[in-house]
Amino acid sequence: MFGLDKKDASLLLIVAALVAFAPFLLNPFPEGSAMAQFNAGYPDLMQRFVIFGIFAIGFNILFGLTGYLSFGHAAFLGVGSYAAVWMFKLLSMNVLPAIILAVITSGIFALVIGYVSLRRSGIYFSILTLAFAQMSFALAYSVLTPITGGETGLQLALDDPRIFGSATTAEGNIPVPGLFGLEMRDSSELVLGNWVFTFNVGYYFAAIVMLLSFYLAIRIFRSPFGMMLRAVKSNQQRLNYTGLNPRPYTLAAFVISGMYAGLAGGLMASMDPLAGAERMFWTASGEVVLMTILGGVGTLIGPVLGAGMIKYMENIISKINSDILHGWFAFLPDGLEDLVVTMIYPFIGKGWHLTLGIVFMLVVIFLPGGLVEGGQRVAKLFGRKKTDEPKSAKTEPAE
Amino acid sequence: MDAIILQILNGLDKGSAYALIALGLTLIFGTLGVVNFAHGALFMIGAFCAVTLSRLLSLSHEVAIPGQTDFLGNPATRDVPYVFDIFGETVGASIIDWAVPLSILFAIPIMILVGVVMERGLIKHFYKRPHADQILVTFGLAIVLQEIIKYYYGANPIPTPAPAAFTGSFDFGAVIGFDPNTIIYPYWRLVYFAFAAVIIGAVFAFLQFTTFGMVVRAGMADRETVGLLGINIDKRFTIMFGLAAAVAGLAGVMYTPINSPNYHMGMDFLVLSFVVVVVGGMGSLPGAVLAGFLLGILESFASMREVIDIIPGINQVIIYLVAIVILLTRPRGLMGRKGVMED
Amino acid sequence: MSKGNLTRRGVLKTGAVAGAGLALPTYLSAASHEGFTNAPTGSTVTLGFNVPQSGPYADEGADELRAYELAVEHLNGEGDGGMLNTFSSKALQGNGILGKKVEYVTGDTQTKSDAARASAKSMIEKDGAVMITGGSSSGVAVAVQALCQEAGVIFMAGLTHSNDTTGKDKRANGFRHFFNSYMSGAALAPVLAANYGTDRKAYHLTADYNWGYTTEEAIRSSTEAMGWETIAAVKTPLTQTDFSSYIAPVLQSGADTLVLNHYGGNMVNSLTNAVQFGLRDKQVNGKDFQIIVPLYSRLMAKGAGANVKGIFGSTNWHWSLQDEGSKAFVQSFGTKYGFPPSQAAHTCYVQALLYADAVERAGSFAPCAVVEALEGFEFDGMGNGKTLYRADDHQCFKDVLVVKGKENPSSEFDLLEIVEVTPVEQVTYAPDHPQFAGGALGSCNNGA
Repeated sequence: MFGLDKKDASLLLIVAALVAFAPFLLNPFPEGSAMAQFNAGYPDLMQRFVIFGIFAIGFNILFGLTGYLSFGHAAFLGVGSYAAVWMFKLLSMNVLPAIILAVITSGIFALVIGYVSLRRSGIYFSILTLAFAQMSFALAYSVLTPITGGETGLQLALDDPRIFGSATTAEGNIPVPGLFGLEMRDSSELVLGNWVFTFNVGYYFAAIVMLLSFYLAIRIFRSPFGMMLRAVKSNQQRLNYTGLNPRPYTLAAFVISGMYAGLAGGLMASMDPLAGAERMFWTASGEVVLMTILGGVGTLIGPVLGAGMIKYMENIISKINSDILHGWFAFLPDGLEDLVVTMIYPFIGKGWHLTLGIVFMLVVIFLPGGLVEGGQRVAKLFGRKKTDEPKSAKTEPAE
Repeated sequence: MDAIILQILNGLDKGSAYALIALGLTLIFGTLGVVNFAHGALFMIGAFCAVTLSRLLSLSHEVAIPGQTDFLGNPATRDVPYVFDIFGETVGASIIDWAVPLSILFAIPIMILVGVVMERGLIKHFYKRPHADQILVTFGLAIVLQEIIKYYYGANPIPTPAPAAFTGSFDFGAVIGFDPNTIIYPYWRLVYFAFAAVIIGAVFAFLQFTTFGMVVRAGMADRETVGLLGINIDKRFTIMFGLAAAVAGLAGVMYTPINSPNYHMGMDFLVLSFVVVVVGGMGSLPGAVLAGFLLGILESFASMREVIDIIPGINQVIIYLVAIVILLTRPRGLMGRKGVMED
Repeated sequence: MSKGNLTRRGVLKTGAVAGAGLALPTYLSAASHEGFTNAPTGSTVTLGFNVPQSGPYADEGADELRAYELAVEHLNGEGDGGMLNTFSSKALQGNGILGKKVEYVTGDTQTKSDAARASAKSMIEKDGAVMITGGSSSGVAVAVQALCQEAGVIFMAGLTHSNDTTGKDKRANGFRHFFNSYMSGAALAPVLAANYGTDRKAYHLTADYNWGYTTEEAIRSSTEAMGWETIAAVKTPLTQTDFSSYIAPVLQSGADTLVLNHYGGNMVNSLTNAVQFGLRDKQVNGKDFQIIVPLYSRLMAKGAGANVKGIFGSTNWHWSLQDEGSKAFVQSFGTKYGFPPSQAAHTCYVQALLYADAVERAGSFAPCAVVEALEGFEFDGMGNGKTLYRADDHQCFKDVLVVKGKENPSSEFDLLEIVEVTPVEQVTYAPDHPQFAGGALGSCNNGA
């Protein structure tokens, strides 16, 4: 199906189903219950899941296949969002031109940086990409303020010179991004008993883009080009001896993954028309590395899972405050309640970074293949056949 | 001219901090072959050793001040440190005043312990794993360590002043024949520079002139052969890790009066120190020191307003720009060996 | 496996869902019949407190959260009522807002615009918050303000000092109680002239981002108007931790005053470094060298320790004020938490009360009604004297405090002393003042 073998096709279909039903799957707890805190089925977070999924899929094309660890990938995401917001400001509020320009701009940006950085390998490559990204961040935050909006970020204004479409809505507000009249923020709700499910236009738009990117990634993984990239990772020297120059292949992979990042940036701006420089800070680049590793480097589905997990922790765990904790454990006797809350408190709410760090360490120590490996081990435990990617899940990234 | 001398002085001082951190990082990399992203966290823990000691020394009990009330209208109290009770007010005050230098003694055993525990407990299991895994697990550790510190000490910087004897600055210009007040430099920063020089010298001397150092150097060059000769290189490497942690920690302790320590100071230095190590050449101790001073001086020059006026924003990017140029012209950094971390 | 089957069903469902989306465009989980986003339906109303809980401003965020919790208590009629007793408007009864019990959700801004918007969105979309408030930096305030405008909820800014928040980035749904860079300059300049004379040569170090620019501009223009000369203004990177290379050349330049347009960690470090260099013991042009920090925060001043002694700056509010409102607030905050509140806590507490009061007076939670109630609203008894929420830009106009680092602090909270309370007339500016040019409020947005 779709030019994929059976296994890949079924993986794609499973992902498509998961994405389509995400509003149900992510809202398993009824509204108003104590567990509703853990519901993640609201538009903004679902959008983030798929957008960061795209970002991580793209990063994995570079890191998972070639083993080149870029520590500056967030720069492309940032460039993509700036390009998209500028399109909204100057051209129209339609998301398509914005996303297309975002992909093109970040592609060019990636071509330049990749051309220079790929002259070195190993940690030298990582430091070069890091240096470029940090330079982009520092300049965007300060001297480039007229173009980037600096600290406050690039935003739409009431007096934007938009060529197609009006500068303001009839009510005197700034128009919102849309797709031929379909506004990205529109949602409809389905109320089933105590459950409320939200279906958001922006989410489904981003989800379709994500499925397309995922499909493209599978094709790249399975193509001769993908094989070549794996060859670069496993033994570049041998590749050289066979008379092949690996540079064009790695550069192509770098640019493709940069364009994926730009696509993610463009989508982010489409869901929420603001672009800020912090998106390019090195910790943001580190985050996509974490996502990919957490999920499973070199696997198809891993990066998406990792992205989902980190965004879930950032948005759900961080919102649990001591008040809510006390509410949960209110059934315990007072002294015990306080004790339990004191024990859990450092790990949730404002301590979510600590939990993230611990989870991350545990994964790197015990599950080098990430969540995908974890899933496989569980599957093996129950004697079932492995479902996805038995070969490439084994990762030996050559930093 | 005086402006340039001033910035060289400044760069040396900045560079000494970079060099100290990069030295420890390179020691670990050179001996154990591990890329330690938690090194910045060791620097931070060192700084918090100083914070902890100065807090311990100023542990106090409350004494009511008769006739005064606090902001809520309750009777006001005054904190009297226990050291005042033990040593009397003058000696007690000067003990608290000297908390930072005293922390050096306090920090060395703690940092060696932290280093050894880290190596035995975690890093040891990563010798055979790919460099990427080492980077990632130590990065995770760095996050955990800094969050723990933040949990106990809060997010705000904590002032830890230098002893009163070292406040103020030294008029360097007057000594070498310039107008007074043109080249002044704080005493504590001069102390820091001297301290860094001593530590760097000591590490080199240790590796150069002791049997232990000789074995370690041999291990850095060819671990397998040294092992075949029947030398327990692992044990020595553990000690080296402890030493590297102590170097980072001491750099942190002495840094506290320069900038009030906070929980993210390690992360602030991490990226920079990696750039320094890579520019110097992975695994090269002299390279790390040289690159540290070089980047410190260049950064100082780039922050001169005459330079910023010509190239706006240069102070924001100079470090990275230099790193890019050096890595493109000298593939292995300034003094790197061939084949290290390239595949 | 029945894969084909699964897919067909998936496609069908998706199609149906997309169809429903087209048919019923509503925004968020609003009860849309009320005509505005997140209209509270039950017996409670949810407010969203979006403060930095991680990152370098976490301690300020924690203090803001304490203030909000206190405000919620007071609104619900618990505790001693705090400033409700001194507030000039008596609309609030201590029975929640419009009879609905106040509940709240919290989020972590991380002091990043993206993260702040994400947590604000989750509070709006998931938790049904009808108002968002808080924050500890202008970047975040401007970003969240724009989001609230778009979503159709009210934004009551927390600590944000940049002119832009109520200048070029102002929004109809956003309100700022905190003062701004211009007011700092206007309040500081006369005090500086009185203490340091009118023929000073100033050297600015400016944080290289929007807030730094507006602050430098404000201080420059008001000090230059008094006769000071600006010798140089050097931009410093946000990520800078060691400012020695910026401070070392100051003495050589012939300047006799150093202005540090820095905030937070930057301020602590640059001030510490400047004092380390012994600048304050020097004499230049026959005058004692002086350092000025335009925006003071007590929490941050604590990080700089003894270095703040004798250094002038401005602040929005300080707990040692002796008016009835401040005393009531300090009393109830101090009783609950054991230490006096910071200016960030004060502005957040006041913002929460002002919002509640506006809803009560308007008789509705609808953002447009609240905007109308707040625009041009004059009040007193909130610790800053007579205050006006100006309709033109949604900025509060009130007295500004000029403070000085205290020489002999009696406790770890007693770091600043009030030098002068600059009357509001002196810090008022025209809505179209050049430092606030560009941008427009637009019209209020009720959302769905």
